[in-house]
This record gives sequence, structure tokens and C-alpha cells, in this order.
Amino acid sequence: MPGRLITTALVAAVMGLMPAPAAAEQYITLVGTTSTDNSGLYGKILPLFTARTGIHVRVVSVGTGRAINIARNGDADVLLVHHRASEEKFVAEGYGVKRYDVMYNDFIIVGPENDPAGIGGLKSVVDELAKIAKTKNFFVSRGDDSGTHKKELSIWKIAGIDAAKASGGWYREAGAGMGATLNTASAMPAYTLADRGTWLKFENRGGLRLLAENDPLLLNPYGVILINPARHPHIKAKMGQAFIDWITGPEGQAAIKAYRIKGSQAFFPNAKQAVSR
Amino acid sequence: MTNFSDAFAAALGLVLSLDASLTEIVGLSLQVSLSAVAIAALIGLPVGAAIALFRFRGRFFIVVTVNALMGMPPVVVGLIVYLLLSRAGPFGVFGLLFTPTAMIVAQVLLVTPIIAALTRQVIEDLWIEYEEQMRSLGAGPGRAVPALLWDGRFTLITAILAGFGRASAEVGAVMIVGGNIDHVTRVMTTSIALEVSKGDLALALGLGMILLTLSASINAGAYLIQHSTKRWHA
Repeated sequence: MPGRLITTALVAAVMGLMPAPAAAEQYITLVGTTSTDNSGLYGKILPLFTARTGIHVRVVSVGTGRAINIARNGDADVLLVHHRASEEKFVAEGYGVKRYDVMYNDFIIVGPENDPAGIGGLKSVVDELAKIAKTKNFFVSRGDDSGTHKKELSIWKIAGIDAAKASGGWYREAGAGMGATLNTASAMPAYTLADRGTWLKFENRGGLRLLAENDPLLLNPYGVILINPARHPHIKAKMGQAFIDWITGPEGQAAIKAYRIKGSQAFFPNAKQAVSR
Repeated sequence: MTNFSDAFAAALGLVLSLDASLTEIVGLSLQVSLSAVAIAALIGLPVGAAIALFRFRGRFFIVVTVNALMGMPPVVVGLIVYLLLSRAGPFGVFGLLFTPTAMIVAQVLLVTPIIAALTRQVIEDLWIEYEEQMRSLGAGPGRAVPALLWDGRFTLITAILAGFGRASAEVGAVMIVGGNIDHVTRVMTTSIALEVSKGDLALALGLGMILLTLSASINAGAYLIQHSTKRWHA
């Protein structure tokens, strides 16, 4: 009978519209970078916070540019990203309450095993990128307005190279997250700038290897910011601040320090010890 | 390619161990896509039939628009729903962004044009066949809508399955409006995208195999129901 069909459809529809059981729990929404998520850090440290406070953390992972956009719209409670200038601007414009240091790691340059551009022996990342450009070897850029992308662009700028002019030639803009960009680099093969955490965890390295690291320019600091409840009254300010206090406090910092990927420390805690209230 | 055998092993391992997160993800995928298709069918079937049977000004324009909307990129639908449901958008007060409900809304928008467009075609063909007979019995287009929907039900199931295929396979819309949050809005397609981004291609492909198997069983089930009931009615 058509009646029964319609009833079944209605029941299914209503079931779908009912909130998932998880909605009953206390939670905050954290919007953060793909690099921290792909590295597996959240999976390790967030359960500790939930065990301590009963607050669940829902993580939405996108590039820093989009993360800031989502936060600006008030669609998350806490922002955790890695582009200091954007973070400070975000706070200065009144979208965020205050920026706290959380941790840092670093960027590295990976590339084809045989290093056709010969960047292996060079001392500075500026020279390395300049050499890749000069020899016109493939370089895959994130091209997605993420923190990593912004970092890469800033190095090209110091090197005085207009890489965008070569876009489509030796310079390829993937417009994708860190993992997807590494997949592209591994398949071409090509050079790319990656954050160490994602690289350590990355399974599909193919013919890629780590070619350059340890340049002060490649430092990658992360900041955490509570979205301003004065601008978006629905922000869960108390729980969001509890999260910030925890991750910048002794327990969160120790958890970050203890996190290992295949035996290597991936993030280095650097919060100021005094916990804000 | 070792990836394919690894993928098969990964898929088999997940299924055989009844992996808890896998069952959660599969359950949510089905909940979201089946709900979206049910709602889309409730809208698309009568709308499609009405477009087929009634003659009105602008009908050509509507037919072309509905047909064109079948090709709407999921990521565009996702973006539109994101802007509508965002706290900064017109429906922001409901706080629906990054929930399964938001994913259902996006998929309803994706699937409704498919069901409506295919329904219009099916009903139009039936109307050509039956118009004279129905009119002689005093039934105009209004009365013909439910009658022809019922008459064409076996063909229309295929239209609904096409909609389900679209809903269960898309990743662009649910990624944007759901956010791929673990235990909350993570479905099959967004987990596949996540595993690809982690470089775990074998696991990603394994999940793809499971998704394909699920889709195949739903289609097989629909086919069997179609045929067994057809026999009853013969």
C-alpha cells in the first residue's frame, strides 16, 4: 500500500532528524588545523581532558585560513592554529579573547630520494627553495591558505622568488590538506614543505625522504584562542576556557610532551606556566 | 599493486572483527543517507508527478532547472547549507552546523532534484499511455498524480535508488556541513577522505570496498522486493 510506504519513509525521516545520542553530552567544538589532527595528537590527549572534566571536544580539522573563517562566524568555541600573524589579527579584531602559546614543532622539506635539485648539503631553507626554483624541479605547494602554505609563501618572499609565476610549471599548487599534498608529492615525485608531525605519521611516503630541517625559519608555533563570547553569545566560554587552561596547564603540557610518533617527539609544549583565569 | 591486497585484508579485518568505530560510522552513514532519501522522496515524487501532469506557464523553465540541478556539485550544496546554518547565517540560531541534521539537509537538497526529475519522466510517459482512458473516466491531472505514482512504483524505486546512490557516495557536502567530527558526524565517505589524507591508502580503499558492498546489498534488497511483489500483483 502507498500508505505503508509513506509511513515507513516518515519514520525513517524522523529517526534521522533525532539528535544523535552524543548530543546529550557536554561538549565544545574545536576548530583546528589538519596538521595537528593528521599527526594523531588529538586522539591521544583529548581523552585525558574529557576524563578530567567530563567535557567532550569535537574537532573540526581544516586549513588555518578556513579555520579562522569558521571561528569568525562563531561556528566553533575554540581555535587552535599555527599562523601567529593571523591569530593576533583575529584577537585584535575582537573575534578572539586572547591568544595563548601552546606548543611548537617545525617544518621540514621532503623530496625525491635522489634529490635532483641537490639541496641536501645546503645550510638555510631560503637557499634550498632558491635552488629548487633555479633547477626548476617540481615543488608541490599546499596552495590552500593554510598555516603551512603561509609559511611557505613567506620563505619564497625572503628568497625573492615569485613562485606563483611558475604555477602550473615546476611549481604546483595542490589546493589540499597536508596529507593530500604529501600524496601528490610522493606520486610525482616532488619537493614539498611539510610539518614534522604529519610527515612522521604519514604512511604513503613512496620515494620521498626528509632532505632539510632545523632552520630557525622553519619553527612552527601553535596558538589557542577562545572565540569572543561578547561577539557570539552562544560560545561555551566557560568550557572553552577550561580547555585552554588545561592544554596550557601542567597536565595538558605534559601530555603534549609525552606524545610520540614512531618513537619521536612530535610537539614541544611552550605555554607560559602561569595559567590564566 | 600490493595496495589492493592490503585493502582487501584491511576491509576483511574490519568487518570480521566488527570494529566498533566501523559499525558506528556505517550506522551514521545509513541513518543520514536513508533519512535524506526518505525526505527527498516525500518531496520529489509528488513534485515530479505534478510537473509531469500539469500544464502551466514556465513549465519548460522548471523542467530544465530540475534536470540541471541533478548535476549540482555536492561541494556547492555543502557551501550553501554551510552559509545558511552558520551562526553568522540566517538559520544560525538553531546551532545545526556540524550535526547529522545538517548533513541530512544538504543531502536532501542534492537528492530531491534527482528523484523529481526521474519521476517527472516516468509519470510523463505513463500519462501519454493512460491520459485518454483516465480522462474518459473523469480523472484529470489532479486525480492522476497518486494513481500514476502508484502505477509507476516499480520504476520509481529505481529513481529513489539513484538518489540513494548519490547520497551515500558524496563526500563534498557532508564534509563541509558535518565537519567529519569523530563519533558525531564521521561517515563512510569522510573517513575515506581522512585516511587518504593520512596516507593510509590501503585502509581507505578497504573502507571503499565496504561502502560498495553496503550499497550493493541495499540495491539487491530493493531489486528482490520489487520482483517478489511484482509477482504477487501479476
